[in-house]
Amino acid sequence: MKEVNSIFDVIGPIMIGPSSSHTAGAARLGKIARYAAQKDIASVKVYLHGSFAETGDGHGTKKAIAAGLLGMEPYDERLRNSLQIMDEKNIDIDFENKDLEVSHPNTAMIVIKRSTGETDRVTGSSLGGGSVIVTNINGFEVEITGDYYTIITKHIDAKGLIRDVTNILAEESVNIANMKVIRGYGKKEASMIIETDETVEVEVIDKIKKMEKMIDVIYILPIKENEDV
Amino acid sequence: MYRSGKDIIRICNERNISIWRLALDEEIELTHLSEKEILKKMNEVLKVMKKSSESFIESDSKTLGGIIGGESIKLKKRMDNGKSLCGDIINKAMIKAFSTSQHNASMGKICAAPTAGSSGIIPAAVITVAEEYNLSKNEAVKGLLTSSAIGKIITLNATVAGAEGGCQAECGSAAAMASAALVEMLGGSPEMALNAAAVSLKNIMGLICDPIAGLVEAPCSKRNASGVVNAMISAEMALAGIESVVPFDEVVEAMKRVGDDMNSDFKETARGGIAGTPTGIRIKENIKNH
Repeated sequence: MKEVNSIFDVIGPIMIGPSSSHTAGAARLGKIARYAAQKDIASVKVYLHGSFAETGDGHGTKKAIAAGLLGMEPYDERLRNSLQIMDEKNIDIDFENKDLEVSHPNTAMIVIKRSTGETDRVTGSSLGGGSVIVTNINGFEVEITGDYYTIITKHIDAKGLIRDVTNILAEESVNIANMKVIRGYGKKEASMIIETDETVEVEVIDKIKKMEKMIDVIYILPIKENEDV
Repeated sequence: MYRSGKDIIRICNERNISIWRLALDEEIELTHLSEKEILKKMNEVLKVMKKSSESFIESDSKTLGGIIGGESIKLKKRMDNGKSLCGDIINKAMIKAFSTSQHNASMGKICAAPTAGSSGIIPAAVITVAEEYNLSKNEAVKGLLTSSAIGKIITLNATVAGAEGGCQAECGSAAAMASAALVEMLGGSPEMALNAAAVSLKNIMGLICDPIAGLVEAPCSKRNASGVVNAMISAEMALAGIESVVPFDEVVEAMKRVGDDMNSDFKETARGGIAGTPTGIRIKENIKNH
């Protein structure tokens, strides 16, 4: 059964129209992608799937994704001019309709090139009412809704590593809300998705990154977090 | 915790309170925000609603799809010329509903209530009645709290999404929420509020979601206008003491079953109904080739 955790889920969200799934949700997906790229965006290619591809123009979906990539909230009135703002910031953004072979009709794959040359690939779907789920980041199968601070690790599967990571978080008084451990099939690599209630300091993320057997760490902020564009 | 209309009536009667008070108390419990903080948030909602419901009464501009526009201006002109068929209060409400719909379709800031597609109904109902009856901003905020409790029950037991339940779930829920708000704003009891909500849902039970070209423009904006009128007449009936033959919870359950049985062509896919007419298809092709 569905839950309603706040009356503002019913009377809300306050958002730029016209569609909570095609506009507000699209903006949130853009924002999660921004965090996956550590807010460093040199250029972007966005692949739109299903209804995002078919009716995206009439719903401002492209503008909304661009707005999210710039760090805007779904209620930011500058969302309408986001493509222009991208242009002013010399960030190239390009859209293409593509069958991403996923089941959800409102899906986008956002490929970001950072100024450092690294590439981030974020795939996510808009589920309606403004809520979203990111299902893949750089090949990691994830389930990120943007409600929590999220740490995603990629590491060599080894005994004690999970304990060591959670110990680091405990030492910093970071409370873990949810945690999931995934091991690649037949591979030695594994991944942890840790959602926390509190913000995690950069130094703590760095500490985890520097651990032996750690390959990479991605840190995603919750999308409620306001930031200056 | 209330999860049904029955719960609402039982708790409100036990505590001798209105629905808006129940909604507020439970929000405090669930979110740990103070009463003051919640009322501040709802005031913010009211502010956004007021702006969207007035933005296209005087001025006009193109929507994203360019299918709708100018409806508020036309209705206002007719009303100002003293020619209103339905009376000023109905006209004023429709004008506001059209304005919010156009605002939404033009990438304006709105409050989904309960969805973006049906966002014109609750503001038009609550703000028009507050203005016409000289009710304070606080009374309007209480109305929004009342409507949120009704929306919560429908969300828990059915759906408010057009893609899941058709327009009956979107504009029907919005009208049900709005009518309950109007009943409490005008001094009616919780029972009366639920009767109004049940009648609103029944009035458009089975209505499909069939947006031309998949855009939130036509027939959506006119359904927002008729939705607020639905809310007002339902409230009128309830305040007069007319009861819903079938209680609210059973109506919600029926609405869910109708939505479940609805062919997917009629659930926001832009294939059936108005979207599938020759004109609907032509508009879609024009937008595509634009």
